[in-house]
Amino acid sequence: MTGGSTTGDDGSTAPAPLAPEKRQPWPLWEVFVRSSRGLSHVHAGSLHAPDAEMAVRNARDLYTRRNEGVSLWVVPASSIITSDPDAKGQFFESPQGKDYRHATYYTKSDGVKHL
Amino acid sequence: MATAPAVDQMPSGNRSEARTETEDERAGREQFERLISEDSRIEPRDWMPEAYRKTLARQISQHAHSEIIGMQPEANWISRAPSLKRKAILMAKVQDEAGHGLYLYSAAETLGTPRDKMTEDLIAGKARYSSIFNYPAVTWADMGAIGWLVDGAAIANQVPLCRASYGPYGRAMVRICKEESFHQRQGFEILLELANGTPAQKEMAQDAVNRWYAPSLMMFGPPDDDSPNSKQSMAWNIKRFSNDELRSRFVGMMVEQVKVLGLTLPDDEIRFNEDTQQWEHAPLDWNEFKEVLAGRGPCNAQRMERRREAHEDGAWVREAAAAYADKRAATAQQKAA
Amino acid sequence: MSESNASATRTTPGNALRPEDIAASDLKPSTDVAEYALRLGDDSLILAQRLGWWISRAPELEEDVALGNIALDLIGHARSFLSYAGHGLDKTEDDLAYFRREPEFRCAHLFVQPNGDFARTIARQLVVSHYQFELYSRLMHSTDPTLAAIAAKAVKEVDYHRDHSSQWVLRLALGTDESRRRMIAGLKLTWPYVEELFVDDQLIDTLGDAAVRPSTLRAPVDSLLASLFAEAELEIPAVPAAVGGGRHGKHSEHLGYLLAEMQVLAREHPGATW
Repeated sequence: MTGGSTTGDDGSTAPAPLAPEKRQPWPLWEVFVRSSRGLSHVHAGSLHAPDAEMAVRNARDLYTRRNEGVSLWVVPASSIITSDPDAKGQFFESPQGKDYRHATYYTKSDGVKHL
Repeated sequence: MATAPAVDQMPSGNRSEARTETEDERAGREQFERLISEDSRIEPRDWMPEAYRKTLARQISQHAHSEIIGMQPEANWISRAPSLKRKAILMAKVQDEAGHGLYLYSAAETLGTPRDKMTEDLIAGKARYSSIFNYPAVTWADMGAIGWLVDGAAIANQVPLCRASYGPYGRAMVRICKEESFHQRQGFEILLELANGTPAQKEMAQDAVNRWYAPSLMMFGPPDDDSPNSKQSMAWNIKRFSNDELRSRFVGMMVEQVKVLGLTLPDDEIRFNEDTQQWEHAPLDWNEFKEVLAGRGPCNAQRMERRREAHEDGAWVREAAAAYADKRAATAQQKAA
Repeated sequence: MSESNASATRTTPGNALRPEDIAASDLKPSTDVAEYALRLGDDSLILAQRLGWWISRAPELEEDVALGNIALDLIGHARSFLSYAGHGLDKTEDDLAYFRREPEFRCAHLFVQPNGDFARTIARQLVVSHYQFELYSRLMHSTDPTLAAIAAKAVKEVDYHRDHSSQWVLRLALGTDESRRRMIAGLKLTWPYVEELFVDDQLIDTLGDAAVRPSTLRAPVDSLLASLFAEAELEIPAVPAAVGGGRHGKHSEHLGYLLAEMQVLAREHPGATW
């Protein structure tokens, strides 16, 4: 062991030599945190964990050390489906220019109360 | 690699290579250039120049490695912290650094490099981390000087990075900067207590400031005229200020704060240049910087050994957890069948 | 609260009972309650000191953070109990942690057992967290309001420690041959020191309903561990119990080294503040 601390010992209770890591590394999970009741879960980041139980615990330890959350979601990163990056503009083009979906489009009623 | 790609990882088909630009690539490049010129953000699935991706992957992973290696000099004092309050604070701080390393690895993974690969590069000595952590933390006052000077310099560097053009990096930096605000303050308070303590304590504090001052200034990187990559990083809105600008600003802050401590900085050439509106300081020993960077610092070998040892000693645990998960998944599948 | 400042990076200190609140209070325990608080405080302090070693050395970075959280919880409990004990002994938490000699410590032997490998650390944590959970979930009804308040805060944290160690016991016991071998070895090294946790003595008799009678915790702890062990296909190690005595200042060879390291700086500068 490096370092001079006597607090740890040399861990020599199990001396067997180790084969190099055979398994794949722990998978990646995406973490979503609900910061308080009434709000949505918001993406906070990712982490690695061997399985779902450990993922949600690691998320608690990593992403809520300062009271940031009242609820957590963890999702295998591989399970998230995203919109097609090659779709370029067309995926999000349609809503543009449809100003009439927004209240600010309707100016003649400005000044009318409770509308 | 079975590691799942990060949520936003860019499909590999979009990478540009040395051949005629396709229609898609041209559109991608134009969009990239437009986003940069508008000071907007690049997200992982966007097209980006290969050099931009590489620069970021290197910078973010080095940043992550620095957090992880940076745990060591402070962890060295957890067991000997001189009060229980200080012990708790130091533990929380070192633990935060593990957290910050994880946020950054998470950001770096969105560029397509799995964390595992980054870890391998680190323990194989192929990746760099901040040279500052190759200096030894030999007294308790070093916990103060590291917090005040080293974290102070890191924060001065990091605050502008919150606006870095690469979205995941900027977001990680926002979270880190929020959490780090306590790191510098606790360091300052350690020094303040020591400076107002017994003569031996005050001496310890001054000695630590003397040792950490120049290395902390060197954390901003080489002088601007010797920093060839800075220009490109600034053009890409990754970097917002030059090394010398940030260093000068930092010196200006420290020169005021050290008065509150009742200590001195080991530099009698600090002055504000009215013409350039910059703080100036004594020349730094860039030879030493290069030596440490090249692996010939006081603690390079020790830091690497410790990280390698933790990684190798932990292999059987990581493997056990993965094996357990596999078995459970297999059982679940059998039940479903 | 607006959506913008309620982001996932919002941070607040919360409003739980803090060690500083205990230190600032003027609640004075009786000598007996103070002695009892020393036992509880020393257990947590010594274990926190052990666990702190793992931060920067854990098997994976996520576990650095997890073990760090546990150590921080324990040091919080230790500070509360020691501050309270200190009110009765005219000492601060730091006087008690840094300037008592080895025979004046009141921790049981289990808490000072070496970290060993990760399996041994988890074995120790498994027993400690189950013991402390049963203890605090009763102590929160103590007739001593300060002990009750500290326990009420601690029990929730220890409940999480219990879960953490149980999850790891399952994974190590049922993971690979190597991890199973190490888990069994770790439990075997830990078990001689379990018995001491459940021994009653005269102080406990004197304290009555202010304290929790250790012997009453044995059955619930055993029963919870038995169901976990069944799931993990483990057996309770058949090893003889070691002679304890920690509650009365009779310690193993380990404690002296641990204290030497923990106290060295504070003792170099007696009377200094930090």
